[in-house]
Amino acid sequence: MDEANTRFYIRFSLTQRYLHWALAGTFLGLAFTGLQLRFSTAPWIQTIAHAVGGFGAILFFHKFFAVGLTITFGYHLLMLARGILVERDWGLLWGPNSMMPRWKDIQDFIGNLKWFLYLGPKPKLDRFAYWEKLDYWGVFWGMGIIGLSGYAMWFGSFFARLIPGSWLNIALVLHGEEAILATGWIFIVHFFNAHLRPENFPMDLTIFTGRLSEEEMKKMHREEYDRLAASGGLQAIAADPPPRWLNNFGRVIGTIAVLAGIVMLVFMAVAFVKE
Amino acid sequence: MKLWIAAFLAMSLTAAGGAAKLDCLSCHSDKASAKDSVHGGLNCTGCHTAIAAFPHPDKVAPVNCASCHSGPAETLSQSVHAVSGGPSCLSCHGGDPHAILASGDPKASTYAANLPRTCGACHGNAKLAKQFGLAEVYSLYIDSIHGFALTQDGLLVAASCSSCHGSHGILSSKNPKSKTNRANVPATCGTCHGGPLRAYSSGIHGQMLQAGSAEAPVCTNCHTTHEIARVGNAEFQMKTTATCGGCHKDELATYRDTFHAQVSALGFRQTARCWDCHGEHAILPASDPKSTIAPAHLIETCGKCHTGANASFVKYDPHADSHDVAHYPGLHYATLFMNFLLVSVLGFFVLHTLLWFFRARFSHNHGAGPDESRPE
Repeated sequence: MDEANTRFYIRFSLTQRYLHWALAGTFLGLAFTGLQLRFSTAPWIQTIAHAVGGFGAILFFHKFFAVGLTITFGYHLLMLARGILVERDWGLLWGPNSMMPRWKDIQDFIGNLKWFLYLGPKPKLDRFAYWEKLDYWGVFWGMGIIGLSGYAMWFGSFFARLIPGSWLNIALVLHGEEAILATGWIFIVHFFNAHLRPENFPMDLTIFTGRLSEEEMKKMHREEYDRLAASGGLQAIAADPPPRWLNNFGRVIGTIAVLAGIVMLVFMAVAFVKE
Repeated sequence: MKLWIAAFLAMSLTAAGGAAKLDCLSCHSDKASAKDSVHGGLNCTGCHTAIAAFPHPDKVAPVNCASCHSGPAETLSQSVHAVSGGPSCLSCHGGDPHAILASGDPKASTYAANLPRTCGACHGNAKLAKQFGLAEVYSLYIDSIHGFALTQDGLLVAASCSSCHGSHGILSSKNPKSKTNRANVPATCGTCHGGPLRAYSSGIHGQMLQAGSAEAPVCTNCHTTHEIARVGNAEFQMKTTATCGGCHKDELATYRDTFHAQVSALGFRQTARCWDCHGEHAILPASDPKSTIAPAHLIETCGKCHTGANASFVKYDPHADSHDVAHYPGLHYATLFMNFLLVSVLGFFVLHTLLWFFRARFSHNHGAGPDESRPE
């Protein structure tokens, strides 16, 4: 297709793209350092742990990435609060541009299952698919469970003044199990849904370039496209084509991130089976 | 020249105080060096008692060390070495009967620093080890903290073979009178390690031993016998958890569920192992007010690593068991819930992913868009 004549539309703002990078980077760092502790009995994990500089280094970087992720998450919450409280953008709370679950998500979910089984057409999605909302809320759930339990263990003697000390026993279970759920979700479900499924393979560049082509938008967000086309809102999100360097940057770094996750997934699966 | 020799002989005659020795050396001149041995002050006939006059018969009765050394001979005859083909006096005391040196002489085969090699001639010999069912202990000992201190640093107070086993009266460790018998090991080690012995005796393990328990561990159960390592040594510290866990199986299992154990299993020392909380030698049950894990001491014990430990913090249980609903209901149900969540969420969405993959992979246009993929 002649790229010069293709129209592009903005899907993610620059800040959102930066936040995704920060989220992906800190998440991979946390997963890499954390899985060494979770699967510490595997001999080859012990080799890795010594190679990366020992327990001191592992714990330092785990906490470093944890603080990084906390800041990333906190920044997102601040933006959200500003959007709602200052800019009075109620669309963040309800409607097609919101991450709030709605009836259409259930319909899309059932529609997609029907499509999987050749029982119906592929559902026409609006701005956010139900699996994207699950990705999003999964971070909230994960931050709540892993973040709180992690900080409780990090500052054990301080948190013990707020919660019973015996809860610190529960903290490690929550932290470790939720970490496996989170990494399993990202490295299997998110990677496939967003990047590796045959429609998008090998990489959906939208989160890296911030924009998608008119054709992509029609394929993946038909309802949003039709809605905006009808209301004349398409013009407001029209954008230049992404520069080639940005496409390549997204392809290279994105592929590295996905491969790193898959390698870790294999590590975890092997260690889990042998445990 | 002849005059010179005559003068020397005259001097020797005076020094030796009798004609007998000089007479022997006139034929047995190769034994002249005997005067440098520990027995140098004796006449030849002091040992060779069967010879009373010159010339002596071709065959004379062999020398009997026991004629003077009756004590050592007596204990040797009751020792584990009193077996047919076992070592004689000379096997250990230097081989050459005319060159026996006092144990204090650095050249003596029985000098502390030389003793491991002397005993090792048999106890480091694979063939003899097999023949007599001996442990091949020489190489283990020589790399141990004792062997290293003695043979590398020349630290003469470091334990040599005889320090633990005795010398002439060595007995099998199965013999209740043996210095290395289980019941006597603490006293044997305690001859040098007085502090640990005192602490051990006050602890539960020492108390059990005194009460005659057959299960009570002694020094060697944790420190091993010959390959004793420096306790500051990482390799030794890595083994201690499994050592304690050899008896304390349930405690090892529950320890494994903790962060302490994860760090420990990775091979790093910056974490709590058994002895960090329980102590080493003076281990006592929590019910004893003197114990490091008695409720009154927990803040102090945990506080060694966890600065700011407080009464609530030490309610953390380093041996919590998630399978034990009665004692750990919160932990138990939290574990169940997380397992259920993990299996159900990942299970469902992995299936979701697989269905999607096959649907998209095998549809005509790879499932690219909604309009094109309607079933015909």
